[in-house]
Parts: sequence; structure tokens; C-alpha cells
Amino acid sequence: MAKHKISITVNGAAREAEVESRLLLVHFLRENLRLTGTHVGCDTSHCGVCTVQLDGQPVKSCTVLAVQADGCSVNTVESLEQGGKLHPVQEAFTEKHALQCGFCTPGMLMTCSALLAANKNPSEQEIRQAISGNLCRCTGYLNIVKAVQSAAEKMRAA
Amino acid sequence: MIPAPFDYHRAATLDEAIGLLARYGDDAKLLAGGMSLLPTLKLRLGSFGHLVDISRIAALEYIKEEKGAVRIGAGTRQVTLERSEVIRSRYGALADAVPLIADPLVRNRGTIGGNVANGDPANDGPAIMIALGAELVARGPKGERTIPANQFYKALYTTALAPGEILVELRLPVPPPKSGSAYRKLKRKTGDYAVAGVAVRVELGAKGTVDRAGIALTNVGATPLEAVDAQRSLAGKALDEKTIGEAARLAAKAAEPSSDRRGSVEYKREMTRVMCGRALKAALERAGG
Repeated sequence: MAKHKISITVNGAAREAEVESRLLLVHFLRENLRLTGTHVGCDTSHCGVCTVQLDGQPVKSCTVLAVQADGCSVNTVESLEQGGKLHPVQEAFTEKHALQCGFCTPGMLMTCSALLAANKNPSEQEIRQAISGNLCRCTGYLNIVKAVQSAAEKMRAA
Repeated sequence: MIPAPFDYHRAATLDEAIGLLARYGDDAKLLAGGMSLLPTLKLRLGSFGHLVDISRIAALEYIKEEKGAVRIGAGTRQVTLERSEVIRSRYGALADAVPLIADPLVRNRGTIGGNVANGDPANDGPAIMIALGAELVARGPKGERTIPANQFYKALYTTALAPGEILVELRLPVPPPKSGSAYRKLKRKTGDYAVAGVAVRVELGAKGTVDRAGIALTNVGATPLEAVDAQRSLAGKALDEKTIGEAARLAAKAAEPSSDRRGSVEYKREMTRVMCGRALKAALERAGG
């Protein structure tokens, strides 16, 4: 099968590769680029642990071909921390105990940071809707909602 | 899970996509949002030698009003419909349905055309199109034709699209005054398919009685179903507890569900009745009746 040359801007850096048509974006990130922050969970686009931002929009990277992201910009959880400083949503997750086992956290953070980029003051309902494609089996979501609210507050004040 | 090998072609234009489909025939499959196709390939429920990606064809993404219809490009993302004022204000059934499709991350990629054209009776778009009286525009090597939505679904995963044809546009008639539509879907959790879903549209005449009604069902048959008897039962009638109850009963009768993890045949039929009653009440309210 033919291979395709792709160029994708990943976490701000231009990356080029030659990939098989069937290579999934999540595998490209984890295996080709060794960015293992993005997890693989259900692998059937239900759980959302593989969520990354594709041109700013959160999507499930287990259900996108790497070649489909050619020419696009992809941000993974590794992009959130800047110069040793955590993103406000990461800080809030630690402060509000918004995780226990941490498996869903990378996807959850990518969904929540995209939400906060688009909506500076989301209501509880908006937060719950935004994360409805990201499953968490530890927290019951309550502390995740609190963390997003807390991050929103800090980001507005900054 | 990794799909079986295939080759990938990105079409820059619709003509190029039609050409690629013609070249590879049965071995080709259109890729739009990929939200149904990629899981299908990964689970190896299907396999194709060639995927033709139409998701970068900007000319397939639009919502515009022209000649008495709101025209939606088949490549329009579900998230775009979710945010559209035109859809919210005029097509209550579609506005109800879109936030119930899968989850927000899926709707960021998934297209309305894919939802309507892939022929899955569990998809929400088809019943909406039937109830709203939509026309579906297909383009192929022989040109363009329109197919009424209620004649589009032939069998499980089988539509009226001929080999090599692409669904390019959904045309929703501009609703007359005193009309309303709604969609009610019972589902167990976010991302799940419907136990039963019902889309309805009512158009009221000067006396407040029903001029026209559309009623269609999601996931209670091998195809989306038009509840013809239920529609007919409303003609010329005022919508009240009794007439709504009778239409809902007939809609349940039109359902052909099968028993599975989402419930028994009897339960799904009963839920069809309940969803139909609720949808009709909501549509009536929107129609200002």
C-alpha cells in the first residue's frame, strides 16, 4: 500500500513523516513521535482518553487517520505546560483532586482547555456537556467540574 | 485496533471525488468525518481498498437559504449545525437531534451528510430528514438528481444512492408560519444509540388544525421508518390529547424493532409511542398552536 508524506504541526513544531494510509493519529503521536501523554483507551471512540486538539478543536485521535491531519495543527497534553509552568487547568486539576488514577486526565485536559479557550465562563451545564465524550471512572466528575470552574476563574483574573 | 490496509486519496474537488469513485468502483468508500467508517474499519466489520476523503472539500460545507429551501452542504460538521441560528429557529427537530448525536468530540468531526447517507437506522439524521420533508441531492458521473428523504432508505445500510454517487446537499423546505418540529430520543447514556427516537413536524392551517404532518422513527427497524398511518391520522384534526395519543399509538404500530440490550420489542414499541407523544406536544408548542 502506498505511503503518504505528511507534515503536521505538533505542539507548535513542524513534523514530517511518511506514513501508511491506515496509521491512526494516536499511534502516530505515541509511536512515531513518542508523545505518550495521549492515551489509548477503548479504541472505539467512546472513552475520550485519546483526545487531542486538531486545529484547536478537541477530537478523538483513535478515530482520525494520521494522513487526515496532514497540513493541520495538533496539540497534545504535552503542549499545556509552558516553560515549566502548568496550564491553569492542570493546576486546578491537582488542587481540586480532579483525578485519581489519571488515565482519563490527558484527554480530559485537552477537552477542558479547548472549552476554556472558547468560553471564558462556562456554566456547570456547559462543562458537563463539553466533557460528555470523556469518561472518568474515578471522580464521578464532580471535582472535574469544580476544577474547570476554578481554572476559568483564574484565567479570567489573569 | 488497526484497520486492514487500504489506500487513501484526498479529493480536492467534488469532480475529483466522483472520478475516484468511478475509477475504484466497489473497492472505494467515501470518507467524510469518519466517525462511523473508521470504527467500522478498525473493528474489521468492513474493508475497502480505497478511501476517498471528501472532508477537505470546502464547497460541501454551507448552510444557505435559496429558492424556498434551506440548503445544507453534506460536508457540514454536526458542530456547525449545533451552533446555527437558522437551524435553531426554524428546524426544531434538527436542533433537538444534533446535540444527541454521539458526543461533542465526535460532532466536531462528524458530518450531517455522513449521518444521513450511511444508511444506519440508528443514526438520528435520517428520521429528521423524513419528518421535515427534506430532499437529498446526489451527484454522480451522470449529473445531479434529488431524492425525497422518505424514498432514500431501501434496506439496512442500503440507500437510493447509485454506485459512484455522492450525497452533496440536504434541502429542507422553509417551514410555513404556524409550523413546528421536534425530536425526542430515549437513550441510556451519552454516545449511545436510541432505544427509540421519533421526529415530527406539524403544519397548522388557519383554523389551527393540521394541514400536514411528518412523523419518522429512529432505530426501531432495519431502516428509518416513516409512520405513514400516524401522519395521516392527524390530517385536518386539531392536536389534543386524543389525536396526539392516537398518532403516537399508530407510530408505535409502525415500529418494527428487534429485541436487544436496549430492550424488548414490546418496550421499544412502547417507548416509540411515548417519544412520539412528547415530540408532537413539543412541535405543537413551537407551532404556536
